[in-house]
Amino acid sequence: MKKIAFSLTLATTVLSAGLALSQAPDDASKIIRGHYQAILADCAACHTAPGGKPLSGGLPLETPFGQLIPPNITPDKATGIGNWTEEDFHRALKTGIGHDGKRLYPAMPYPAYTKMKDEDISSLWSYLRTVEPVFNPVDANQLPFPFNIRLSMLGWNMINFEGGAFKPDPSKSPEWNRGAYIVQGPGHCGTCHSPKTFLGADKVDEALQGASLQGWYAPNITGNSYIGIGSWSEDEIVQYLKSGANGHTIASGPMAEAIQASTSLMTDADAKAIATYLKSTEGGPTGKPQPVSASDPHMTAGAAIYHDTCSACHGGAGKGARQLFPALAGSSIVQQPSAETLVRLVLNGSQGVHTPEAKTQPSMPSLGWRLSDQQVADVLTYIRNSWGNAAPAVQVSDIASRR
Amino acid sequence: MTTILPRKDVVIVGLGWTGAILAHELTEEGLDVVAIERGPWRDTATDFNIGYAQDELRYAIRKDLFLQPVVEAMTMRNNTSQTALPMRDYGSFLPGNGVGGAGVHWNGHTWRFWDTDFRIADHLSERYGIGKIAELQLQNWGVTAQEMESAFDRFEYLAGISGRAGNINGQIQEGGNPFEDPRARDYPLPPMQMTYAPTLFAEVTRSMGLHPFPTPSANLSQDYINPLGIAMGQCTMCGFCERFGCANYSKSSAQTTVLPVLMKKKNFEVRTDSEVLHVDLDASKTQARGVTYVDTSGEEFFQPADMVLLCAYGLHNVRLMMLSGIGRIYDPNTGEGTVGRNYCYQTNSGAQVFFDDKNFNPFIAAGALGQTLDDYNGDVLDHGPLDFVGGAGVNCIPTNGRPISTRPTPPGTPRWGAAWKQATVKAYKATLGFSSQGSSYPTRGNYLDLDPTYTDRFGRPLLRITFDFPDNDIRMSNWVSDRLEEIAKTFGGRQYVVNRRKKGWDSVPYQSTHNTGGAIMGDNPATSAVNKYLQSWDVPNVFVVGASAFAHNAGKNPTGTVGALAFHAADAIRQQYLRTPGQPLVTA
Repeated sequence: MKKIAFSLTLATTVLSAGLALSQAPDDASKIIRGHYQAILADCAACHTAPGGKPLSGGLPLETPFGQLIPPNITPDKATGIGNWTEEDFHRALKTGIGHDGKRLYPAMPYPAYTKMKDEDISSLWSYLRTVEPVFNPVDANQLPFPFNIRLSMLGWNMINFEGGAFKPDPSKSPEWNRGAYIVQGPGHCGTCHSPKTFLGADKVDEALQGASLQGWYAPNITGNSYIGIGSWSEDEIVQYLKSGANGHTIASGPMAEAIQASTSLMTDADAKAIATYLKSTEGGPTGKPQPVSASDPHMTAGAAIYHDTCSACHGGAGKGARQLFPALAGSSIVQQPSAETLVRLVLNGSQGVHTPEAKTQPSMPSLGWRLSDQQVADVLTYIRNSWGNAAPAVQVSDIASRR
Repeated sequence: MTTILPRKDVVIVGLGWTGAILAHELTEEGLDVVAIERGPWRDTATDFNIGYAQDELRYAIRKDLFLQPVVEAMTMRNNTSQTALPMRDYGSFLPGNGVGGAGVHWNGHTWRFWDTDFRIADHLSERYGIGKIAELQLQNWGVTAQEMESAFDRFEYLAGISGRAGNINGQIQEGGNPFEDPRARDYPLPPMQMTYAPTLFAEVTRSMGLHPFPTPSANLSQDYINPLGIAMGQCTMCGFCERFGCANYSKSSAQTTVLPVLMKKKNFEVRTDSEVLHVDLDASKTQARGVTYVDTSGEEFFQPADMVLLCAYGLHNVRLMMLSGIGRIYDPNTGEGTVGRNYCYQTNSGAQVFFDDKNFNPFIAAGALGQTLDDYNGDVLDHGPLDFVGGAGVNCIPTNGRPISTRPTPPGTPRWGAAWKQATVKAYKATLGFSSQGSSYPTRGNYLDLDPTYTDRFGRPLLRITFDFPDNDIRMSNWVSDRLEEIAKTFGGRQYVVNRRKKGWDSVPYQSTHNTGGAIMGDNPATSAVNKYLQSWDVPNVFVVGASAFAHNAGKNPTGTVGALAFHAADAIRQQYLRTPGQPLVTA
């Protein structure tokens, strides 16, 4: 149904754009391939605002350096990229240098897109030309001085940027290579999940090992079985990418958006390829630390709060309930080095993702009004160090700044 | 100044159980549907937050989730010789308010009415002769249990009902209700794990030759994913069901079974905090044009629509029909007119047994966690030698041990002071209660109409309830109370008490939010307001869905039958009405 609807819009936009009909058959399949590239690259995540016209500009991104607003990338000539050429677009994705030589900030993940195949970029360009042009001026650069000087990215690139297409590893399976290509290239998973240098670049040797952004902690997604996704089977990873929920967790926050707009729409083969690749990656601590002792006063206080406030849903033994309440026992997300996401969930609550396979959208209620900073810290220390879990204790000072 | 809005295919008044089911079914059909809900949006995590969902003072005592009389009051009297006065507070029954309606704060007992209910007039007159029911205004509903089976089944699977079948396709099943009508398959989930009180009740009554079985429950015994793909969780037996929203996604409601899917549909929209003033009819008074509603700022809107579905609480459905001129208002003197006819209630009584040596841990509970026996219900018993018709389900369903309200004390205990404190401490854990959920049969003088004196904040007449327990029902309840007393004696506690139902319905103490009738279904437009598909006889593009359609009330909670009627009406609309829109589905 979705496919048909898309083809119809495609037909109308192609006609309205007045493109040469003689080229339609070839173009159409290229445009459809390009649409899929837009899904893999999750362009909409940043460039479409909630409730806004597709790709006409997004919500502000909070970076450590200041605010950037994802620009309008519809073919509107005045406010979008209607004046760009395909060469401009190719160069922007490959090198971070846009139309008229204007340098992009790496919040636009060209350090990942540079790995994309030329043909995929070309398809994506063909698709973007068919999107409804929207007049929507966006002043992308909201950064303070000196970061607002785009030329500074010249120096940034010299230090941080390595261009060039993805190089397949012939010793690995085609599936692995496909997964690596998506993760490192169009999927730009590291943009959220890789730790950053002080300059905001991915730490290449710590790829996918978890990072803070926008008040969430994007967890370690390497094959590490303690804090990564090593304990998930490939099928469970696929289930998560396709539906947002599996027996281990339920996506919310920015990942919910990525699942809705991108991974849930990927082909099963690509989701499987991603799973194969991620399972093969390594990173993070190899062993668990010693858990905080159950007799620690913060643990006993946390246990009391847990059984009073949390156990009705997450269960006395932290096992949760499929599709409804995430398991806490054995959860890698619960055991990340940073408890940022957990603090946020407890203080503010959050709603799960809605996908065709996981429709319920269960919500974690906000409990910040009810629990003091000390109580939040204690209950999180408890869930991070019970039922076989082990992770650093959460400090009171970690809470106040998140309120 | 009324703003005229763009037309919709369907406008639904009220987004509770029936509104949500019909909205889902009709949007599946591709129709463009808007629901207009008087109360607020309500959702689990934000409105039934686990940190305060179990606030007895706020929800049970101060009635936070319910309709407030300032929004809509009703007047009441026991008979036509009295002058009705407005209820200053809702007491005897508590209508819901907001998305989910009364389905948010119900206990979860989920019954199927029987074939002998749907064909009650025929059945009883065939078995006992017409004279047996002469003092009553009993009427057939126009459907059979067989016709309703699939609709019951769909509601039970939507809601994840936990129970044990007693009769699958005519085969009596061990452990279920042997008196139920045949069902096509078992409940979607097994019964809840029993607590001590119902376990003991089952043992004692079984020893008396009775047939107890687990009450079919909308508090889920296990995790469940319903046919719409919506997940629900296992009930934690916290004992905060009736008067509360469930914080755990464990009690079936529109929120937990339909809305996650419905709210994502592009052809559905809900407008909350918007009160429908009336249905607008065309000049011939035979077609609805839409509804007029007002939002909280006082702005008035006209929503044109091809169909109007009244899915509010039954009493509100009836009043809206009267305010809109749909059908003719019932007159008890002549027996003519249909809207307001056959208003019924519930005829309950209760028993408590006080023990010295037992601990029932009453706080481990759920709204529908218990045992029921139907040996004295409906027409299971032979009424030939008895001076009444009807009966009662007998329920041992200790719904809660909440600290403010659950304070059983034996007769003779002072109402306050040290002796009361001692008694309440002792009796809290050691008291077993059970009750009869008795049928309520229609009489000519029990009815609903518009009050001649009192109006609401918009100047519209209030609904007037004229009701008292019919003599037949009092005799029934007394007879069943004798049975309760036999059971109470058999328990062998230190002391027992039976509270009997008396004449003179009092609107103050809570009794039951099972108000039925007033827009009843049937096969004769002279005696029913809607046909067997819940379609108005008078205005065929209006359907009136809810307990308002019950031609009488049985000895059972109504929600299961209300949900089934919603599916039944949806089937009729999808399969028949839409082929010939605006036309009656039944020719009288």
